[in-house]
Amino acid sequence: MSSYITRRILQLIPVLIGMSIIVFSIIHAIPGDPATVILGDQATPEAVAELREEMGLNEPLVKQYFSYVSGILTGDLGTSLKTSKSIQEEITPYLMATIELMMMSMIIAIIIGVNAGIIAAWKRASWFDYTAMLVALIGVSIPVFWFGLMEQWIFAEKLGLLPSTGRMNAREPVEALSGLLLVDTILQGNWSGFWDVLKHLILPSIALGTIPMAIIARITRSSMLEVLELDYIRTARAKGLSGFWVLYKHALKNAFAPILTIIGMLVGLLLGGAVLTETIFGWPGVGRYIYDAIGSRDYPVIQSGILIIATIFVFVNLIVDLLYSLLDPRINYR
Amino acid sequence: MKIPFRFMLAAVIISLVLSACSNAASNEDNEKKEQEKTKEQVLIFGRGADSYSMDPQNANEIETWRVSKNVYETLVEYEKETTNVIPKLAKDWEVSEDGKTWKFNLQEGIKFHDGTDFNAEAVVYNFERMMDPSHPARHDATFSVYRGMFNGFKGDGSVIEEVNMVDPHTVEFKLSEPQANFLSNLGMHAFGIISPAALKKYGADIHENAVGTGPFKLESWIPNDSVTLVKNVEYWKENSPQLDKLIYKVIPDNTSRLTALKNGEIDIMVSLNPSDLKSLENDNSYQLLLRPALNVGYLSINNQKEPLNNIKVRQAINHAIDKKGIADAFFYGLAEPVKNMLPSESWAYNHEIEDYEYNLDKAKSLLAEAGYPNGFELEFAVTSNSRIYMQQPTKMVEAMKASLEKIGVNVKIVSYEWAAYIDQLRNGEHSIGLIGWVGDNGDPDNFLYSMLSKNNAVKGAAQNHTFYVNDEVSDLLMKAKSVMDEQERTEIYKQVQKLVHEDAPSVPLVEVKEPVVTADYVKGYIPHPTGAENMDEVTLED
Repeated sequence: MSSYITRRILQLIPVLIGMSIIVFSIIHAIPGDPATVILGDQATPEAVAELREEMGLNEPLVKQYFSYVSGILTGDLGTSLKTSKSIQEEITPYLMATIELMMMSMIIAIIIGVNAGIIAAWKRASWFDYTAMLVALIGVSIPVFWFGLMEQWIFAEKLGLLPSTGRMNAREPVEALSGLLLVDTILQGNWSGFWDVLKHLILPSIALGTIPMAIIARITRSSMLEVLELDYIRTARAKGLSGFWVLYKHALKNAFAPILTIIGMLVGLLLGGAVLTETIFGWPGVGRYIYDAIGSRDYPVIQSGILIIATIFVFVNLIVDLLYSLLDPRINYR
Repeated sequence: MKIPFRFMLAAVIISLVLSACSNAASNEDNEKKEQEKTKEQVLIFGRGADSYSMDPQNANEIETWRVSKNVYETLVEYEKETTNVIPKLAKDWEVSEDGKTWKFNLQEGIKFHDGTDFNAEAVVYNFERMMDPSHPARHDATFSVYRGMFNGFKGDGSVIEEVNMVDPHTVEFKLSEPQANFLSNLGMHAFGIISPAALKKYGADIHENAVGTGPFKLESWIPNDSVTLVKNVEYWKENSPQLDKLIYKVIPDNTSRLTALKNGEIDIMVSLNPSDLKSLENDNSYQLLLRPALNVGYLSINNQKEPLNNIKVRQAINHAIDKKGIADAFFYGLAEPVKNMLPSESWAYNHEIEDYEYNLDKAKSLLAEAGYPNGFELEFAVTSNSRIYMQQPTKMVEAMKASLEKIGVNVKIVSYEWAAYIDQLRNGEHSIGLIGWVGDNGDPDNFLYSMLSKNNAVKGAAQNHTFYVNDEVSDLLMKAKSVMDEQERTEIYKQVQKLVHEDAPSVPLVEVKEPVVTADYVKGYIPHPTGAENMDEVTLED
């Protein structure tokens, strides 16, 4: 097992190197100059030339790439061209905000998606099945920005039930310790703060979680359908076990491997793809941070930001692979 | 069979409890909010992007200045609704006859937020920091506004040669040549005075700390989320400010920001989609305010490229653009057509000029005279990013394409993302493109010199995106910089506009007012033309 993990982590190295080369080449290939963006479109020619020199943008590309990589190897993610701040320091709160949003979305998506899928498979060709799969189809097809705006319009503007933007009520801010505000408020025993943070999470996490929810529901259904036709399920039912136990204990365990795979992939999708949700809901997350960096051609931020997301993605999928063996003892990693 | 029902029942119960809770909680919240309002005046200002820095001197964008305007103060400032200069940290001033020495008498008894004194020494320290490349408090800052407004740094063309302390409350600026817009420049938000003690204490971190003399102090800054300012109880103006707390909150999406306003999460919002104006009509819970236009949207014609280097071709294009139609179709009553490269409220605007009328026949015959009776191919550059002076730019360009094709000009639209677009224009790679200028201090020099002087037509970093080179115009613009008599300056600028009109290097299109929406209980808020306003007189009424 441990040799497998080591091997997987070693495999990460060529993946990250390849990715850094691709990202580096693409962002330097697109037109647009960071010095111009930083100084504003009304800056003088001399000022632009000087800033380019200062930022090392006149060096050959290969040299720029190697100085970036050597920084990474010594644990330095670089400095933002725009704010002159260390990226490590800058990215942490954004990353935490995105992780909190992503986890909430995944919890909603898994709970609803898996259960809807199971019931749809169980009650195959019933009204529930048709409705659930229709809703799932709509869920996959809905553009996130439209869905988010609709949520805001209904639950904030019309009903006034939930806040439409931000992570907390700016009038009564919550103090951030870890950056995961739900956890922080619990640690501080700040229950009104906890409730406030939770309310702010509901709309964006539903918006972000809808597509994963729909995908999970569809995968669960098809995977369950396969398993439900196997002999051991018939045996279990013949033994007189209730439907609940058959479904959740016997069938789900065997049907879960593909669901787990898709959950692993979706984490990556949510990490990088949260930018629309973050924009609509004014969520200060890492997606928006990288998106803004692309707009201002803040090369180090784009590179390091994508590197971090890719690393998290690879690790989540490593964990997923390891979970397979827990679910199915026949799978053995060597 | 039983299980799904149990599930459904549980789901129904949970959702009922949740909604009951949230109802109860939101009622409680509302009550709580009401109580708070009476005890503490907290205003939340919703905006689209975050501050870039807390150091106004080393910034060149409005979101930084929107906040810094309330923390830092300048020697002189602009009137509430115009860009006319009035005293601030300097109570009065005098200028020598040759226009090269300015003496400012400073307000006495003012303290920075850190308790140190504001005095002549502090002013000297701040200006030395900006003008002297070897100053210890610079820390890699670019000071691009200082450089732009005063032509360079010390030893490298800076108009300000020296800033000296005459006595603790008098400061003297010595200029290398008279600068007619010197006072307007000094009033710019970038020249807010920072506590020298803070500059020494924080070093490069002054970027995220703020210690000024203004009505509010910086409490916290959560990047991409909010900046919180609190009342400066020792502010030097009596009974000011009115607010206890002023929070600038980032909500990037315009529609979401409006929803947040309607839901009571924010009290003021800027950058409303013009198309949302209708949804606010006849609703007394909001006030719609219009920020006076200090901008010009125009078509930048590349004067160096064939066939656009032909004056008749450019005049033909001018005749083929329906400015009024564009203003009406895309700006929902917020825009007015302009005939010069200057906002029409400017004291130097030449109203006598007769604009190129929208006349396709005239345009066609001009093209024929220029030797293009069958028109030509033209690449039209545009960015999809909206700006105050261009709403839905791609659609605006499509409308213009339709007109141009009627006179035989075959238009191909090429769309770029903002950074790439600006690069195109600055390098003169475009043929024709839709762009604009937002004024910094209301002085005509800021518009006309920047966009029309040959000195600014340097490839790679041009502000004169049309690459229009007319020596007479450039000389006049240079001369106007140092003429101290306003009447004489006005005449020069009017002459410039006349010459430019004849040469038609561009198509001046529209000037646009920005809609700002506030909740009805916000009083005393006046949007300033420069985009950043003092919030010290704003109150929240019950």
